[in-house]
Amino acid sequence: MKTSMWLDLFLFTIAILWEPVLSDLVLSKVERRIDLTSQIVRITSTIKVENTGSDVVSEVLLAFPDSQASHLAYLAAFLNEGKGKVKVPASSFHVEVVHPKDMPPSLTFYSVSLPKGLGKGEILTLDVLSVYTHALQPFPEKITQAEIQLVLFQESAHFLSPYAVKVQSLSIKLPHARIESYTRMENTKIHGSEIKYGPYENVPPYSYSPIAIHFESNQPFAVAQELVREIEISHWGNVQVTEHYSLVHDGAQSKGEFSRLDYQARPYARGASAFRRLVAKLPPRAYSVYYRDEIGNISTSNLWGDTKKTELEIEPRYPIFGGWRTTFSIGYGLPLRDFLFQLDGKRFLNFSFGCPINEVVIDTLIVKVVLPEGSKDISASVPFPVKQWQETKFSHLDVVGRPVVVLEKTNVVPEHNQHFQVYYKFNSLSMLMEPLMLISGFFFLFVSCIVYMHADLSISKSSASYLSKLQWEEVLATIQQVQNIINRCLPIHDKLEASLRDLSRTGDVQACKAARKSADSLLKELSKELKLLVAFLQSSLQASQILPKVEELVARERELQERLMVKHSTVVDCYEKKSGGREIENRVASHQQKITALKLEVDDLLEFIDEI
Amino acid sequence: MVGKVEPVNGNVKSGSNQSTPAATQAATLKSDLLNSLSLKSLKLKTKQQELLIRVSILCLVYVLAFMTRLFSVLRYESMIHEFDPYFNYRTTLFLTQKGFYEFWNWFDYESWYPLGRIVGGTLYPGLMVTAAIIYWVLRFLRFAVHIREVCVLTAPFFASNTTLVAYFFGKEIWDSGAGLVAAALIAICPGYISRSVAGSYDNEGVAIFALLLTFYLFVKAVNTGSLAWALASAFGYFYMVSAWGGYVFIINLIPLYVLVLLITGRYSMRLYVAYNCMYVVGMLLAMQIRFVGFQHVQSGEHMAAMGVFFLMQVFYFLDWVKHLLSDTKLFQAFLRITVTCAVGVGAIALGVGTASGYISPWTGRFYSLLDPTYAKDHIPIIASVSEHQPTAWSSFMFDFHILLFLFPAGLYFCFKRLTDATIFIVMYGLTSMYFAGVMVRLILVATPAVCLISAIAVSATIKNLTLLVRAKNKAVSSGSSRGTSSAKGSSKGLIDHSQPFQRNGAIVLLLGAFYLLSKYATHCTWVTSEAYSSPSIVLSARGAHGNRIIFDDYREAYFWLRQNTPPDAKVMSWWDYGYQITAMGNRTVIVDNNTWNNTHIATVGRAMSSYEDEAFEIMRSLDVDYVLVVFGGVTGYSSDDINKFLWMVRIGGGVFPVIKEPDYLVNGEYRVDKGAAPKMLNCLMYKLSYYRFGELTTEYGKPPGYDRARGVEIGNKDIKLEYLEEAFTTSNWIVRIYKVKPPNNRW
Repeated sequence: MKTSMWLDLFLFTIAILWEPVLSDLVLSKVERRIDLTSQIVRITSTIKVENTGSDVVSEVLLAFPDSQASHLAYLAAFLNEGKGKVKVPASSFHVEVVHPKDMPPSLTFYSVSLPKGLGKGEILTLDVLSVYTHALQPFPEKITQAEIQLVLFQESAHFLSPYAVKVQSLSIKLPHARIESYTRMENTKIHGSEIKYGPYENVPPYSYSPIAIHFESNQPFAVAQELVREIEISHWGNVQVTEHYSLVHDGAQSKGEFSRLDYQARPYARGASAFRRLVAKLPPRAYSVYYRDEIGNISTSNLWGDTKKTELEIEPRYPIFGGWRTTFSIGYGLPLRDFLFQLDGKRFLNFSFGCPINEVVIDTLIVKVVLPEGSKDISASVPFPVKQWQETKFSHLDVVGRPVVVLEKTNVVPEHNQHFQVYYKFNSLSMLMEPLMLISGFFFLFVSCIVYMHADLSISKSSASYLSKLQWEEVLATIQQVQNIINRCLPIHDKLEASLRDLSRTGDVQACKAARKSADSLLKELSKELKLLVAFLQSSLQASQILPKVEELVARERELQERLMVKHSTVVDCYEKKSGGREIENRVASHQQKITALKLEVDDLLEFIDEI
Repeated sequence: MVGKVEPVNGNVKSGSNQSTPAATQAATLKSDLLNSLSLKSLKLKTKQQELLIRVSILCLVYVLAFMTRLFSVLRYESMIHEFDPYFNYRTTLFLTQKGFYEFWNWFDYESWYPLGRIVGGTLYPGLMVTAAIIYWVLRFLRFAVHIREVCVLTAPFFASNTTLVAYFFGKEIWDSGAGLVAAALIAICPGYISRSVAGSYDNEGVAIFALLLTFYLFVKAVNTGSLAWALASAFGYFYMVSAWGGYVFIINLIPLYVLVLLITGRYSMRLYVAYNCMYVVGMLLAMQIRFVGFQHVQSGEHMAAMGVFFLMQVFYFLDWVKHLLSDTKLFQAFLRITVTCAVGVGAIALGVGTASGYISPWTGRFYSLLDPTYAKDHIPIIASVSEHQPTAWSSFMFDFHILLFLFPAGLYFCFKRLTDATIFIVMYGLTSMYFAGVMVRLILVATPAVCLISAIAVSATIKNLTLLVRAKNKAVSSGSSRGTSSAKGSSKGLIDHSQPFQRNGAIVLLLGAFYLLSKYATHCTWVTSEAYSSPSIVLSARGAHGNRIIFDDYREAYFWLRQNTPPDAKVMSWWDYGYQITAMGNRTVIVDNNTWNNTHIATVGRAMSSYEDEAFEIMRSLDVDYVLVVFGGVTGYSSDDINKFLWMVRIGGGVFPVIKEPDYLVNGEYRVDKGAAPKMLNCLMYKLSYYRFGELTTEYGKPPGYDRARGVEIGNKDIKLEYLEEAFTTSNWIVRIYKVKPPNNRW
């Protein structure tokens, strides 16, 4: 298979060598630097463009073979201003795919449009950064645990361009000095881990001379086949980010045994290409970070934070060898004020697009921005083309659902970690809706409880149990009344006693008599009421159990009243007869004893009845 | 005259009258008045106070029961525990995703390969349906919860509900005080907590609630004779049947109870209504559960209930005849004939039913409950489970603590006040105590009874003591008030001096009771946090510096299986891990914890205990792609496959006589070191467990290949595998997975 590809490339090269020159542009100098230190191939080309024709040229074409273009993840052209590698976004040019006529097939063209245009004889220096994914092929494709991972990279030693190139050179940076093989051409030099091709002079347009480099690369080939980032905005002050990764090691497949013993004893020799940890750079002030998968929390993670960033080191459940996969989710909260701003009455979220983990290639990235319920006029602006649509998500206490802006992009590399914005309108009062819903929910719950307690829900109003229940309630109410009356009697007794004490102090017999009279009349009234109640209880069947106690209570109370009256009248009599204190005491003593005993009994009975 | 009227009208008027002379005095009076008024309006009646206290205590107990079960979530995480819960979780997930009918008709290809399992017809769906309903209700109320959270918290939620049932049950059999104590005791009783911590998503979690509810409703029905309560208890029984196989306990205990009432002459119309309604409706409802089906009329375990049902009819009939016949002699004769006939007909029916095979005989599990030694001799698969072992005294003490001593005291109180309800609780307590002694896991069934009976003891004792203390208080206070009302102190009551140490004694006893109860509370909390809150999937240990080390090897291996093996791979392991592999690894297993096919398990046991080439043939015939073993030699984790190995040999040997237990033993001793039996050293399980272990130094100062779980140096360090290769070993070697190599090419 490999040889056939070589052959293809060769034929293709020959075919395109005969194509006509496109325009009057000439590349006077091209310097290319290829960085192969990670799984992501970055080619930085410094191109000096010269207009030798007479017309003003407003675009420069960049050509890529289709095989390469399909791996192209990111392409940007900048204006090179002097020596410093200043990559100010403002000076970048617009790049887009074009399909010019009369061009050889199996080439993809990108056009860099120059806003000012390039006049006759003018020279412009461009920096073109192209980033490729999946461009390194593991070879051999399957290795055992003990073997190292070798990869193959194919390029052209000559800069493939529709324009003639006067001077060009290529330098390739490798991760290690260990190189299995590389294509030798004229002017090939090797310095440690760097290979240099060129300089080559006066190369015609569309020249292509394939080179292949076979070298050791034990860098983690972590590829997220799918990454779903969900950014949920809560106007109560936080942004919740959840990222679901589906990760695979895309390097050489592992074959044969996996020996834990070997891996534990010599992790770098046995399992050199496996990766065991990843580092995610989260925004500063990230909190409540979690790391879990479908079957639970993964305990192997570390978190550091300072004012500029938060670093989360995560370790998958097992080391990821070639071809092994894993899925996991990380989630964290961020303070809202760092990411949400207001502009012309609209709010907008400013958030980074790509994934926070270093050097991970993402095949499909889906970013979902969940806006609060009730957001309107939603629009998103992303610095590069993405697929866009809207969904609805139901979360806690949602009625109509939260609008979700979904952005999808394939082939994402760290260069895509740029900020994007989602604009929307939102009324702050809508924030209060959910708490109010909760409050009203509880309110209605309690109200319905109250209603239930007070409503009579029995089906049959004439059933025996229902009637007996009603009767029982009546009996209870009557007993309550009896208690009330007796409780009213007791203060009157106290008053009588008090009047006796007053008598002993002041000697005012008349007042004392009056007190007795009034107490007597009151007590009589009360006893009348009592009689009625007791009569009712006697008539009721339900009260039969409790009736003796009530009757006893009433009887004792009556006795107590009588005793008190007798005592009172005795004392008053004594005072009228001016008897001595000792004599009074002697005469009253027996009554007094009886009264205290009765009082105790009444108390006991009251308590007993109370407990029913 | 005015002066005379004044006191009659009461305090209010006098206050307003007096307000004219001195403004300051009036102000103070008014404020007093306001105070008294506001206090009066706020002051609750004793009834209301009692209700308030009762309700707030119940609420606190409810919350406490829930909270104390959350230790596992705090210590570890919100996850499903142990083995069976993983199956329940998997089925619940299926139910919520695919709906009830799909669930009901679910044929699971992922377990018992190649036989499969009719899941819908071989499980008790109560737990899953309950969790799914809770989940759907929460979803409907717009709470976006995950089904896992619902499953994790189902058991604590039902434990809280059980406390409420315990309160009402206690109230029904004794009084509301006993009910409150019972609720508090059961809320924290370790015997119950062990099966209902957050994450232990097992049938028992809801079944204990259902069990107690059924009993409570039945007792209520017997006490009231109301059809409504009996019907409610039938529905409680239905819920219990749908939730747990332990319903057999109900369907045997209730007839037994009815029989005891009949014998003791407590037959009443209430009992007749309660039992008949409960039995007939409950039986019909229970038949709706596919797993139970017609067992109520066909299985020997359910025949007692049916017999008692017919006996009730005979009793009723006799009662009626007695009512008609005035002649006692005639009635005696009639009685004799009827009873003989009834018993004879019953015996014949039973005999014919059993002989013709219509009534299935008692199952082995039932026998093993009645006879603790039965399982050991006849069903090794039951005996191999640690929770089926007879209970040790220490675990009684561990799970019941002071309740163990309060239980007999409670029985004393129950016998002192024998009613229909107390007879029931006594019978429940005694029978379940017996079963708890037979099997460790049945402590769970005994726990509610023990809590209720102990609550009666506690409540009755404390009530008596407080009565003593309060009586004294009153006497003293009334004595003092008497002292002020009249200067004479001579007439102090006789009671004061009757028993001088009674009050102090009561106080001391009260303090002692509170001390015991607080000890109980601390014991329960300690047990819950230390012993019962471990998920057993994640192991934790203390490191050398006191730090906590987590061994998450099980999930590491299961997740590896899930991600890095073909989706249709078949995994062979001992049956303990079957549910976990299907739930977490999402791969097909040969056998799992639903041990319905003994032969299949024996085949796996045979493969594990054969030589590698023989085992390879067995594994080929079962289409096995991966073999999973659990090995604790590196970490010192003792419940690994080598320690379970003898059971594999026994179960395998039970079906395939090729496997003989003595081949693996040396002089009746089980060893893995140099002195081990040659067959042991070369069987598949040994090889898979110790493959390349001989090169590993596990402990400082010990030779390589030192097995920390068994404390010996292994006997076979040079293990070569011919038909299998190591596919994955977890970081602490607890789980090792081997891939079965494809057969060699023939040419």
